[in-house]
Amino acid sequence: MNQQRPTPSLRHGPDPRGFFGDFGGRFVAETLMPLILDLEQEYDAARQDPTFADELASLSADYVGRQSPLYFAERLTEHLGGARIYLKREDLMHTGAHKINNALGQILLARRMGKRRIIAETGAGMHGVATATVAARFGMDCVIYMGSTDIHRQQPNVQRMQLLGAKVIPVTAGDGTLKDAMNEALRDWVTNVDSTFYIIGTVAGPHPYPALVRDFQSVIGREVRDQITAKEGRLPDSLVACIGGGSNAMGLFHPFLDDPEVALVGVEAAGEGLDTPRHAASLKGGRSGVLHGNRTFLLQDDEGQISDAHSISAGLDYPGIGPEHAWLHAIERAEYVAATDREALDAFTLLCRKEGIIPALESSHALAEVIKRAPRLPADHLMVVNLSGRGDKDMATATECLADELGLGKPDQQD
Amino acid sequence: MTTTTTAEGRLARRFAETRQQGRAALVTYIAAGDPDYDTSLATLKGLGEAGADVIELGMPFTDPMADGTAIQHATRRALDAGQTMDKTLEMVRQLRRTDQQTPVVLMGYYNPIYARGVTRFLDQAKAAGVDGLIVVDLPPEHDDELCLPANQAGLNFIRLATPTTDARRLPGVLTNTSGFLYYVSSNGVTGGAAPSAERVQQEVARIREHSDIPIAVGFGIRTAAQARKIGAFADGVVVGSALIDAQASGDTPAEGTQAVLELTRELAQALTGAR
Repeated sequence: MNQQRPTPSLRHGPDPRGFFGDFGGRFVAETLMPLILDLEQEYDAARQDPTFADELASLSADYVGRQSPLYFAERLTEHLGGARIYLKREDLMHTGAHKINNALGQILLARRMGKRRIIAETGAGMHGVATATVAARFGMDCVIYMGSTDIHRQQPNVQRMQLLGAKVIPVTAGDGTLKDAMNEALRDWVTNVDSTFYIIGTVAGPHPYPALVRDFQSVIGREVRDQITAKEGRLPDSLVACIGGGSNAMGLFHPFLDDPEVALVGVEAAGEGLDTPRHAASLKGGRSGVLHGNRTFLLQDDEGQISDAHSISAGLDYPGIGPEHAWLHAIERAEYVAATDREALDAFTLLCRKEGIIPALESSHALAEVIKRAPRLPADHLMVVNLSGRGDKDMATATECLADELGLGKPDQQD
Repeated sequence: MTTTTTAEGRLARRFAETRQQGRAALVTYIAAGDPDYDTSLATLKGLGEAGADVIELGMPFTDPMADGTAIQHATRRALDAGQTMDKTLEMVRQLRRTDQQTPVVLMGYYNPIYARGVTRFLDQAKAAGVDGLIVVDLPPEHDDELCLPANQAGLNFIRLATPTTDARRLPGVLTNTSGFLYYVSSNGVTGGAAPSAERVQQEVARIREHSDIPIAVGFGIRTAAQARKIGAFADGVVVGSALIDAQASGDTPAEGTQAVLELTRELAQALTGAR
């Protein structure tokens, strides 16, 4: 291994071969290599092209609704009795999650490359909806691969994608979740490589995807820097975000990597518990491996066979994690923790009741860590949580899990 | 390192023989452990006598991203029946007790090898009597991972070239490739549509301008008639998914094995008269 001389900045990755430390790379079939190299070249060109930046900024403002508010969660702060908690309101963006930031950036790249057909994988359906949305906006054909388990638990999003004109293909292999959808999307891509652009939804996959998805999502962290400085006159003390593949966390963290006084906390899905096989915490419960084009931490057995992940939230139900997170974990720049299904549900309910905001179950994992952490911190500690998506899509799951204890759907008694 | 039948020896010798006989080599793929260990071993042991010149033995992986449904299901069946890397290597050891001549190439994905440790895997594969490796998700950009250590260990590293491998990439793809080059006849996953023989012939001719390495053509070749067309100009013809389907076709596992060997005989016969 060639050790490069350490640079003062942590924001310059990946290296020319697509590695963040030991993680990343381009582990794909030969059929895809030329296309991936073209994409890298095209992305480099787009980054130098002011008209690309202008168009992205203009659509981000007028079509997506950016910038997203940084909201001081007064009643949550009061309830937890510690750190001052701010919510970065990605849930208010068009299509209801941060996913649109990336989908929009990538479809502009697809158009530059002359591709007319868009494919994507989706777990919770938020990336699928974002992709179907931008495909409709730019008049492109769109095919979304979605695990059959996820189709069942995220019906409203399936109908939204179809309404937007996308074809939603169910994937029955494996557990019928995000990993299987990604396999199938890769099979489509390798078959239709000439016509098709693959909009990967998270900071994973072969180089340059982890870098370009991160760059498109970094608008989140850049806005937070400006907003918190305007409101509080300084940078935050900690940032908290949930992690499946890790795109909303990476987007929030990346502009702060070189500010060591800002603690970065990523929250994986602990499912039914890290001491059970039913979780999705690749950093806490996995080890280094190669899947879906990159080397990263994976849930796997001794034979290198990939385990099926589990989480109550479809968007976190993935046995891997973006390679830049694996690296930040290895160099200990970010701290990674996990929240169980139960903790996420409790956090989900608390935010509904204290702030009148229904969060996505994914984002509820980040809130679960806030509930544990904030009470132990002083009142002048500034904590920013990425509220990466809204929870309307999760009503079926929430009702199933919380109906009895909260009396959902039963006629209420007049007091 | 020097043994009487080195890896380079077996594959090189086999392609030299078939070239001399004026025919294409028949390269057969089966998934190790499909549908169970004993059946798969029986199939493996019968292939050489049925006319397979080179055997590709698939190492099962949970996420076979470059494979169509036939091989997806086969590797799933194998894993469900308890197939492991140890058992796959044991199959090669068993074969070598009776067959010292037929080259065996392990084919699959990188993670099960990476999980085992590259050095340990290469030592064990070499000792078991493996001749070469085809690892789908390791392009030349990652030669330092496995390709170079494999060559050092005396195992051939067989690379795939595809319709998207243009003139700029081809030299890089050919570098460090040994044994043979696997030309993937169409963009897509295994078990797809049959390729146009005319177009494939042009592509093979294009590659031959750069190298005299034997070129085997695969993806979408299922029947004796298709094999004959490709065998008219290629050094080797790879058949995989059709054999997997044959293995699954029998009412009993033993009948499946007979179906595989029957198809292998037909394919071998077709190649004998192809030119």
